Amino acid sequence: MSPDPAHDRAVDGGAGHAAYPPVQVTSPTFVGMPKFPKAARAELANAQQRRNLRHATHTIRDKRAHVVAEVDDWEALRVKGADAKDEALTHLADYLERLEESLTANGAVVHWARDAAEANRIVVDIVRAKEVDEVVKVKSMVTQEIELNEALEAAGVSAWETDLAELIVQLGHDRPSHILVPAIHRNRKEIRDIFVREMGAVGRPAPEDLTDDPARLAEAARLHLREKFMRAKVGISGANFAVADTGTLVVVESEGNGRMCLTLPETLISVVGIEKVLPTWDDLSAMLQLLPRSSTGERMNPYTTMWTGVHEGDGPQEVHVVLLDNGRSHVLADRVGRQALRCIRCSACLNVCPVYERTGGHAYGSVYPGPIGAVLNPQLRGTASDIDRSLPYASSLCGACFDACPVRINIPELLVELRGKVVEESGPTAESAAMKAAAWVLSDPRRLATAQKAATIAGRLTGGRTIRSVPGLGAWTNARDLPSPPTETFRQWWVREHGNEDA
Amino acid sequence: MSPAARRGDGPRVALFATCFNDTMWPGTPKATVRLLERLGCRVEFPLQQTCCGQMLTNTGYAAEAVPLVRRFVDVFGDYDHVVAPSGSCVGSVREQHPMIAKDDAALSSRVAEVAPRVLELSEFLVDVLGVTDVGAYFPHRVTYHPTCHSLRMIRVADRPLQLLRAVRGIDLVELAGAEECCGFGGTFAVKNADVSIAMGSDKARNVLDTGAEVLVAGDNSCLAHIGGVLGRQRSGVRTLHLAEILASTEEHPA
Repeated sequence: MSPDPAHDRAVDGGAGHAAYPPVQVTSPTFVGMPKFPKAARAELANAQQRRNLRHATHTIRDKRAHVVAEVDDWEALRVKGADAKDEALTHLADYLERLEESLTANGAVVHWARDAAEANRIVVDIVRAKEVDEVVKVKSMVTQEIELNEALEAAGVSAWETDLAELIVQLGHDRPSHILVPAIHRNRKEIRDIFVREMGAVGRPAPEDLTDDPARLAEAARLHLREKFMRAKVGISGANFAVADTGTLVVVESEGNGRMCLTLPETLISVVGIEKVLPTWDDLSAMLQLLPRSSTGERMNPYTTMWTGVHEGDGPQEVHVVLLDNGRSHVLADRVGRQALRCIRCSACLNVCPVYERTGGHAYGSVYPGPIGAVLNPQLRGTASDIDRSLPYASSLCGACFDACPVRINIPELLVELRGKVVEESGPTAESAAMKAAAWVLSDPRRLATAQKAATIAGRLTGGRTIRSVPGLGAWTNARDLPSPPTETFRQWWVREHGNEDA
Repeated sequence: MSPAARRGDGPRVALFATCFNDTMWPGTPKATVRLLERLGCRVEFPLQQTCCGQMLTNTGYAAEAVPLVRRFVDVFGDYDHVVAPSGSCVGSVREQHPMIAKDDAALSSRVAEVAPRVLELSEFLVDVLGVTDVGAYFPHRVTYHPTCHSLRMIRVADRPLQLLRAVRGIDLVELAGAEECCGFGGTFAVKNADVSIAMGSDKARNVLDTGAEVLVAGDNSCLAHIGGVLGRQRSGVRTLHLAEILASTEEHPA
């Protein structure tokens, strides 16, 4: 991971439109991430971030709980949402072909991309053909996933993020740490400093007297972004949903920047993961109730933009849709794992996760952090890297994520399943030897009783005294006392009291 | 069989002590026996029992857990009521045994019969015996941590609180952030020790803020973790399993 190699390049740009150098290249990628426990240890020590995350996750958590409780039968709605997604995923090829037909019939151009490289090449080629050197972007997880901004920059095109939080991340030469709120790890004082320091290098500078008042910060962002909206010839988006029947793409957002990007430019390119397809228009009804309540904790999001191909004289006159696989059909092939493809990227699971709340998103080594990231990344990317192998273990299996998920993804079940895969692929290790030995002991009461004798001998030695350190058990005893073993097990007591006769 | 058990005219109950309680916290299954016998149950402890296999399953060794699942249905298959003083182990039996057995049709159907009859202590007391006042006496300030698997896996809801509220002399105080995980998580506690401790520290702080002398929960493993943090801080807070408070009387105080 390089810290920010192009930071210097980003600030020595000239003045005037498009003389601004690309900025996104300064965002370090996740390649070479250490395994989760190590990355987490560093994040845990960041006091400011701990406080920011605690405050933000608890605020959204409480808002969500409140608006979910208002719904008469939230559980029925969850089932409806999960069913719609399952129907689409079970017959994915059919619905994708239907989507392509509908889109094409409405004047959109459909492209198919097997992986990130193919998708990026398609988008770069379209942008190059338009002879532009900048694009405006709607907040989109899938373009973060494929690192489209970096690909555009390599082709000499600046990709301007226009979502407020993405803008903060981009200007801060940072990485997103949350699905919905990418700058959740920053507080407003830090944001003010980033705006003052960075905005001038890539466009309209922040006002010199900028304070950390949220209204002033939003105003600074608005002014900075407006000139980019007015100028851009090409917009790039993802999509929250893609309706197969009608060929309608849907973007759900809060700030209105998405609406600007989706309507002002002449050309619109939308990169859409193949799991975003919904069979019918009717399926949107459950989704549009589930998503805002689960993500921002609102009854309805402020802006919902829907577009169906090209409409003459209204909005972009050239509409491209890139349908992306990038590991999704691999996930689909797994009977248990495929439920992760139901995810609508609401981030409810992040906001309720006690692990995420303390480590933040960066430790997960992906644009998909938190519980859903812990199950999605090892499936999409495989388990070849340290980080992806460690992600299924980055959970206490407390189950809060499953309860919060609007499309009923059983994340704890999936985590356990993926742990099995990691074990299988790792071959013999010290851990597997220990686990096999434990299984051997536990599979026979006589063996268990023999092993228990060792514990009671230790119990007699410690004599009930508090155990504060045990060689080899530092991971436990560094910060926790260890319970002192008893001098007699329950089994021994029972036999002493009731005899050796089995019931 | 003990004289008390012979006198009992209540249901016949098999105690699943769980391997952790059996080995490390025998006071909890002993209290469970005392409590159930006081309530008229005929308690049996099948000596062939060992472990539910949760640690293996949750660490990725589900295949190694298959013999344990087989043993479990063999040992407990003849009982109408199996009671365990552990929400987590009951969760493992009811939620994970079906998953572990899925490739073996015969075992699968045995699991489907047996697993639903396995109840966590508070479920058995409230749902089967229909009691909330178990005649316990415990004159101390107590706060209750509802462990994750009791809460979200087997959904014991407020049954433990109903039971605790009826304890004579108890000063039961609410724990802030009660439903948040303490950070134990089985092997998570050592595989991700730093995050686990960060979570445990916050839980310990909330416990201390209640001013309680005793932290009670339905799982000794979570209590060992939170108690381990509290002990390291020399906080003077005691941890006790729910069964031990419910078994406590003036004659035999916990």
